[in-house]
Amino acid sequence: MTMKADNAIPGAPRGALLRNVFRQAPTKPGQTYGVPGEGNTIRISVAAVLSVLALWQIVTASGLIAPLFLPSPVAVAEKFFALVQNGYTNAPLLQHILVSAARVFAAFALACVIGIPLGLGMGMSPTLRGLFDPFLEFYRPIPPLAYLPLMIIWFGIGETSKILLIFLSVLAPVALGARAGVRSVAIEQIHAAYSLGATRSQVLREVVLPSAFPEILTAMRIGVGFGWTTLVAAEMVAATQGLGYMVLSASQFLQTSTVLVGIILIGGIAWIFDLAMRWVEKRLVPWKGRM
Amino acid sequence: MLEIRRASVLYPGRDGADPVEALRSIELDIEPGEFVVALGASGCGKSTLLNLIAGFLAPSSGQIRLDGAPVTGPGQDRAVVFQKHALMPWMNVIDNLSFGLKLQGVEKAERHRIAREFLELLGLEDFETSPVYMLSGGMQQRVGIGRALTADPRILLMDEPLGALDALTRERAQELILRIWEAQKKSVFLITHSVEEALFMGTKLIVMSPRPGRITHRFDLPFSRQHLSGMSGREVKASPDFIAMRETVLSIIFADEEKAA
Ligand SMILES: Nc1ncnc2c1ncn2[C@@H]1O[C@H](COP(=O)(O)OP(=O)(O)OP(=O)(O)O)[C@@H](O)[C@H]1O
Ligand SMILES: [Mg+2]
Repeated sequence: MTMKADNAIPGAPRGALLRNVFRQAPTKPGQTYGVPGEGNTIRISVAAVLSVLALWQIVTASGLIAPLFLPSPVAVAEKFFALVQNGYTNAPLLQHILVSAARVFAAFALACVIGIPLGLGMGMSPTLRGLFDPFLEFYRPIPPLAYLPLMIIWFGIGETSKILLIFLSVLAPVALGARAGVRSVAIEQIHAAYSLGATRSQVLREVVLPSAFPEILTAMRIGVGFGWTTLVAAEMVAATQGLGYMVLSASQFLQTSTVLVGIILIGGIAWIFDLAMRWVEKRLVPWKGRM
Repeated sequence: MLEIRRASVLYPGRDGADPVEALRSIELDIEPGEFVVALGASGCGKSTLLNLIAGFLAPSSGQIRLDGAPVTGPGQDRAVVFQKHALMPWMNVIDNLSFGLKLQGVEKAERHRIAREFLELLGLEDFETSPVYMLSGGMQQRVGIGRALTADPRILLMDEPLGALDALTRERAQELILRIWEAQKKSVFLITHSVEEALFMGTKLIVMSPRPGRITHRFDLPFSRQHLSGMSGREVKASPDFIAMRETVLSIIFADEEKAA
């Protein structure tokens, strides 16, 4: 993406930030001219993260902010290694990570098994849509913290209520995504199938379902993100293990660096899983958006 | 074979507007081996007529019969080729071609064997396992035509199948369709906006006129047969008869436009 000086537009600023705004020169073969926001972002992202870390280190090292409010990145890193070695409270750090991941992925799997067929059904049948739409749309915007007490009253303080809470936060985006996927099929594709002798169930299986597949994958990706968002709420009550529990209990003892380690771990795991899902998406639906 | 008797279509008007009389009292027969072409200004009801034949739409009044039995829905005997190919991007070329056979429960090896016979006819031998989203527009359209053919329909219904192609690709595709029509003895119903394409391909031409949509003129055409019995496409299209016919049809269509304007 480097632009040589002889390509530059006279009078246009040469800075990397503004290059695309003023860009009028033709693209190289293989690129598309004029796509908004086109270009690689990795270098900028790495630079941005490093700058924030540096700024963080400078501000904390200068003593402007007390470590109680914001420990230095070095202190957070040291805390991380200490946690790896000694664990947190009663369990090793890896154990906390695995317990949380198990909760999120159990809830996620359950939400997919129920939400994808539910969404597909809602997309294909007005009866199912009429039946489930009001409930799904009603609870969807409610923050999980608001119905956490109900979960505890109904299902106790054990694993069930934790997983159900995460499950509910994943279910809505997955089901609604699958339902939107049904809509993404082109009517000509359906007509073509019927005119080739397809039955209704064949149209659903051979045309609608594969058409919906890319949107289902996207919905799963968004859904698991919601799962991580809900993790801390789920581990607020009667948890003795898990990253959410670690963050919450450390905060009560004002162990800010442990809180930060927990936050970074949750964000990092969610991010890595998201990257993996994107990779799967690319492999499974290379035709997405291309026809 | 296919008979349309006094078929009319009224689309309900939107928001209390007057209903649109898309077709009024259409009479049309399509015989085995006949190549019927429909021409007419935009909005005169050509696609509506095709949807009637395909069975996607029921007429407001009148009848459509296939071998005496009323048409009650779409079916394998009337395969449709769309302007935008409508292929399945998650399948490769051969699976798209044999999609109709898959729907009929033909087992994989057998349906691929049948589809392979069409690959050569379509000039797609080298693309058997290519993903369809990587093909050019002309190739995709050929796959769309091939997909309709492998289902072995009695009538091939085509709604401006070549409209999006460039001139050269379009002429090649016209000749391909004619060769297939001759070799497979199908009936064809083809909609086009190009007078030249209509004259070159059809054995029967209907000219339609809008508001209400109806058939105003019918012609029998000799040109496709001339081409198939040896005259080159260019020769046919440059012959005095062809040019005279083209002027006749164009003046009808322009007269319609002026009345509408
Ligand atoms: N679903 C519909 N609801 C209401 N009116 C419709 C509908 N489909 C078509 N019409 C109207 O019916 C008339 C005929 O439409 P049709 O699509 O058959 O025309 P056409 O001859 O195929 O036109 P074109 O050449 O542009 O494809 C038009 O006036 C159109 O606006
Ligand atoms: Mg049309």
